[in-house]
Amino acid sequence: MATTDFDVIIVGGGPAGLTAGIYLGRSRAKALIVSEGAIGGQMNLTHKIENYPGVESISGYQMGSVMKKQAISFGCEIKSNAKITDIQLDGDIKYITINHKNTFSAKAMIIATGGKSRSLNVKGEAEFAGRGISYCATCDGDFFTDKNIIVVGGGNTALEEAVSLTKYASKVTIVHQFDHFQGFKQAIVEAQNHPKIEFMLQSRIMSFEGGEQLKRVLIEDITTGNVNPKDIDGVFIFIGYEPQTQIVKGKLELNERNEIIVDNMLNTSMKGIFAAGDARVTKVRQVTTAVADGTIAALSALEFLHH
Amino acid sequence: MTLQTNLEHVVSAADFEKLIQNNENVMIICGRMGPMCVPVYDAVEEMKHEYPHVQFRDMLFDSPDARVIRELPDCKGFMGLPFTVYFKNGKVVKATSSIQTSEQIKNILDQNFVD
Ligand SMILES: Cc1cc2nc3c(=O)[nH]c(=O)nc-3n(C[C@H](O)[C@H](O)[C@H](O)COP(=O)(O)OP(=O)(O)OC[C@H]3O[C@@H](n4cnc5c(N)ncnc54)[C@H](O)[C@@H]3O)c2cc1C
Repeated sequence: MATTDFDVIIVGGGPAGLTAGIYLGRSRAKALIVSEGAIGGQMNLTHKIENYPGVESISGYQMGSVMKKQAISFGCEIKSNAKITDIQLDGDIKYITINHKNTFSAKAMIIATGGKSRSLNVKGEAEFAGRGISYCATCDGDFFTDKNIIVVGGGNTALEEAVSLTKYASKVTIVHQFDHFQGFKQAIVEAQNHPKIEFMLQSRIMSFEGGEQLKRVLIEDITTGNVNPKDIDGVFIFIGYEPQTQIVKGKLELNERNEIIVDNMLNTSMKGIFAAGDARVTKVRQVTTAVADGTIAALSALEFLHH
Repeated sequence: MTLQTNLEHVVSAADFEKLIQNNENVMIICGRMGPMCVPVYDAVEEMKHEYPHVQFRDMLFDSPDARVIRELPDCKGFMGLPFTVYFKNGKVVKATSSIQTSEQIKNILDQNFVD
């Protein structure tokens, strides 16, 4: 095989990518991790991880920092906050270009691009982010002390965060598009029994309005189509996560939810390309499963390199 | 108290005054060690060598002296951490609230702090 800059390029610096980097580095393969966002991925959004075996409790940021240190100590190179502007997966040599400037080649590639929180994609959402719209209750909850707020969503995160926001807010209205919730029974009951929480089911936010700060939202009653304004101080959005697979769309086989289709050794539809973690088709999305995937993908990539 | 980042910290109001008066281009990220703040520190750590003409600092949002950032008129209406403020010759030229991507940060630096 022709010489390349790296044996394996790993796209994504979450727990899946970092684990792959650790395994490849320890096996003396030349590996590069390229991550668009901060190293740690979604772990950075987690204040406390308490279900990672062997570690009682750790902040997601700390866990990511230790994994990064481990990967570097085994010789893996890392480039974070780097935008991949071109990617070529077919052919014996794979290429990525970062920031339209630097191109790197490798014999194999692992796609570990994970997922990100879904946004509503309605008018005013970008404008009022940080000025009344938030995606993190633990970060911004205290700005809404004694305020009237909305939580959008109907899964466990939305229900649990709505309850936790009652520590600060005077009233929390949960706005959800369906007539039922997707959360666990316990989370639903806790929210339903909370005196500060009200519900607007079968409703959706159509737009955000205000000046320097968010002042009101327009809400549609999905059953009637009626749209009404509602004055509000803040809106927290928790409507789930979506895989970040745009860069491989049209190049690798994806399912209808845009998750990468793999076999049990994490081979994708393209020879020499593997996928790991939340970006691939799976029902369980956790740090433990991402780490397991990173291991399998690295070992599969090594086997591919040796044959 | 300071943040656990690899950036230099602003630790007092006096420190802040000295910094913005003695440097043409300054960026201060005022936050906590939370999920919306960490990616901004990380992005800046990564890019700071590309901007040797800019002084990058962070400041603990909950320290009493951080009122020099919290109470800036340019941060009025901000309800998301971190508050990131860009100073040119001691004057605020741009301020953002909540998480920013490195692309967004670079755009602001390139527009306001021409080398
Ligand atoms: C709020 C929250 C709390 C959670 N709590 C827990 C918990 O307590 N325990 C638990 O086990 N799990 C928890 N999880 C789930 C866990 O964090 C994820 O399952 C895990 O991080 C997935 O790892 P990953 O490596 O597949 O992807 P991610 O962590 O999403 O990392 C993907 C990385 O790829 C990068 N990337 C994306 N696109 C590109 C691109 N085009 N080019 C380059 N890089 C790219 C991203 O910037 C990111 O750094 C939580 C998730 C959230 C959101």
